[in-house]
Amino acid sequence: MSAKSRGKDAPPAVPADDPHLQPYAKHPDRAQLVAALAMVVGMIGFVGFGIAYWVGDQVQWEAALLGIGMLGLGFGVTAWGKYLMPRGPFVEERHDFHSTEPERDAMSAAVVERGGMVVKRRKVLGGLFALGSTVMAVVLAFPLIRSLGPKPGTGLATTNWRKGSRVVTVDGRPVSVYDLEVGGVLTVFPEGYEGISNDQVILIRLQGGDQPVTLTTPGRTDWTVYGYVAYSKMCTHLGCPVGLYQEQLHKLVCPCHQSIFDVTAGAIPDFGPAPRPLPQLPLAVDATGYLRSQGGFNQPVGPGYWERP
Amino acid sequence: MIDKSLRWVDDRLGVAKGGRTFLDKIFPDHWSFMLGEIALYSFVVLLGTGIFLSLYYVPSAHEVIYNGSYLPLRGTKVSEAYASSVGLSFDVKSGLLMRQAHHWAADIFLGSIAVHMARVFFTGAFRKPREFNWIVGSTLLLLGIVNGFLGYSLPDDLVSGTGIRIAYSIMESIPLVGSYLGSFVFGGDYPGNGIIIPRFFLLHILIVPLLILGLLGAHLGLLVKQKHTQFKGEGRTEHNVVGSPMFPNFMAKTTGFLFITAGAIFLLGGFAQINPIWQFGQYEPYQISYAVQPDWYMGWLDGALRIMPSWEWVGWGHTWPLEVFLPAVLFPGIIFNLIFAWPFLEAWRTKDYGYHNLLDRPRDRPKRTAAGAAVLTLLFTLFCASSTDVLANFFQIKLQTVLWFFRIVVILFPMIAYYLAFRICHEMLEAEAGGAGPGGRIGKRKRALVVTRSESGEFATHPSEPRPGDGTEELEPIPVPTFIDLTPADLATGEGVRRVLR
Repeated sequence: MSAKSRGKDAPPAVPADDPHLQPYAKHPDRAQLVAALAMVVGMIGFVGFGIAYWVGDQVQWEAALLGIGMLGLGFGVTAWGKYLMPRGPFVEERHDFHSTEPERDAMSAAVVERGGMVVKRRKVLGGLFALGSTVMAVVLAFPLIRSLGPKPGTGLATTNWRKGSRVVTVDGRPVSVYDLEVGGVLTVFPEGYEGISNDQVILIRLQGGDQPVTLTTPGRTDWTVYGYVAYSKMCTHLGCPVGLYQEQLHKLVCPCHQSIFDVTAGAIPDFGPAPRPLPQLPLAVDATGYLRSQGGFNQPVGPGYWERP
Repeated sequence: MIDKSLRWVDDRLGVAKGGRTFLDKIFPDHWSFMLGEIALYSFVVLLGTGIFLSLYYVPSAHEVIYNGSYLPLRGTKVSEAYASSVGLSFDVKSGLLMRQAHHWAADIFLGSIAVHMARVFFTGAFRKPREFNWIVGSTLLLLGIVNGFLGYSLPDDLVSGTGIRIAYSIMESIPLVGSYLGSFVFGGDYPGNGIIIPRFFLLHILIVPLLILGLLGAHLGLLVKQKHTQFKGEGRTEHNVVGSPMFPNFMAKTTGFLFITAGAIFLLGGFAQINPIWQFGQYEPYQISYAVQPDWYMGWLDGALRIMPSWEWVGWGHTWPLEVFLPAVLFPGIIFNLIFAWPFLEAWRTKDYGYHNLLDRPRDRPKRTAAGAAVLTLLFTLFCASSTDVLANFFQIKLQTVLWFFRIVVILFPMIAYYLAFRICHEMLEAEAGGAGPGGRIGKRKRALVVTRSESGEFATHPSEPRPGDGTEELEPIPVPTFIDLTPADLATGEGVRRVLR
């Protein structure tokens, strides 16, 4: 670089041995050695990663070598920057962000006065443009938003449990009254709708023998057969499957947010954020000993929403 | 050669003046200014690993028979999304490393944003003229959380599927529009028509990243335009910036830091297993796993949902699921609006409408620091509340007890945190006001006092020796030299070699 490239208002020349231009390190040679070593280790790491990739199926080796490669190179360059480059400190002036008052006036004049004048003169055009844009926005909302999905139907509240639906497992195997031990639980569906979210039911055997269970909820004793009760498995809080059963306490626990439902009392929530009992499925047994439903749930399944019946 | 190319470019674009200014740009040196860099560089890793993953992932709910190399899943019916996620982990070379590094990078991205934001908050860096950048940064946090959730949902495994189900129910809980929102997002009543996976995929790999990239550009552009804030210190005023220049110092350090961040993420990606979807299995709406928890940045919402009382309200012919709407919609809404509005609220309360380029230390503004500590405590308590079941199991106490504990402390702890932070700030300020004795500040650290006892039994204190490096005197800052006199001073003037002070 030559002297002619210096501007008129440039700061005075700084001698090459000015302390600001000296490295931060007291022993630059040692610092350079450390940085160089780190970079060499990094390079070896990268080569190693190449080999590990070629060998394959070595996720720990790949990570270790790639990590060492990047850390080595990174530490090397950082050390170079921190210890071996001009230590400074250097200073830079800040300038006001705002423009000068005349510039602000000019801007404001253009927008407010010029704009106002134009709009005042042609109010109709301004109004029409605003109206047109609004109509466009409203109309475009249809393809952009309305097409995304159908209007919410009754799908959230309805299930496929009907009078006489056969109770089957997720594989479609019918469930007989002898299938569960006392304390056993099974996830079941109406036949033909295995795996459907709304239809999931948790079947629990509370007692042995062929007697119904006397629930503390009045009027539901004939909803149980052979010691079996059945509730919707969908939590009334946020729809998680209520999958944990505490056999001794006869409680169902939702693993998501720890709502606890009392199985012997119509699955009312006696703890946690769930607001409503799990809907109960009235059970029946057919002549061959297989479980069937007497009808649908006593309440809509799942979490609450605005239109919930 | 380089000089010639620069001239060639400048002939066409005229970048010399601006380019020189840019290379001379000063970055103040402080460790806390690199927190945002961690976020930036983990985003770089996210982009790189994300491109890799998108080459193998199939965004489809279509059912297939898994036939890959992970034996326990062979022959089971899974979605293409799940099969390809397991496939890219086990049947694509380096795939598992890339997938886990991607997940770790996302967690670190959001973690570093949170810590960076706390730094900006507690030092008052959001004040005029930087309100725009505070809003841009807060939006980046919001978008990061959204994209993290979307990406977490893509593998269609049991845990993430449960998360999607919960997200649907949260949408459902919004009064008036909830079920419409759910139906529009999912293409029908839950579980929808299987379109949710391709939709989440499009949002996760294109739309949200584009928004993040755009705002990231704005974030950095505003930083360059408005220049960095700095802590108070010798030679540092509201009207200058003291530190290292962009080229070469900052460029070297920040490039090195890119490699260090990426290296750390890849080490985690290989050694710290994260989200082992092959163990969770395919999502089925009737299956669930024990101790299901979302990624850390969703924990505060999960905790809020857990400790909320069951306040569903039925009235005016409608169901108001307040037990979901309040903690999962209204509460985060309030938090984010508070974040966005904070610079303006603070300026309005303190009547301080001036420019601020020098940073506060947290103790300088006890009320702000206390408020920040209270909000962080609230969020952290909620985060801990998202593991009520794990805590109850671990400590062998009743779940009910744990829940009630959190219901109480979620109100109590923030108040205590506010009081403590406020008191600590004041104590520190008072100690400072009267504490200009021996052992004052030299270099960067406070020097310890050595207590000695004289023969007559009198105690005295002396400052200890400075630690290595601390004795280095700070030089007066000078402008970045536009020209270096290459003729050694001694030869030019004959005055002998100048000693370099160090």
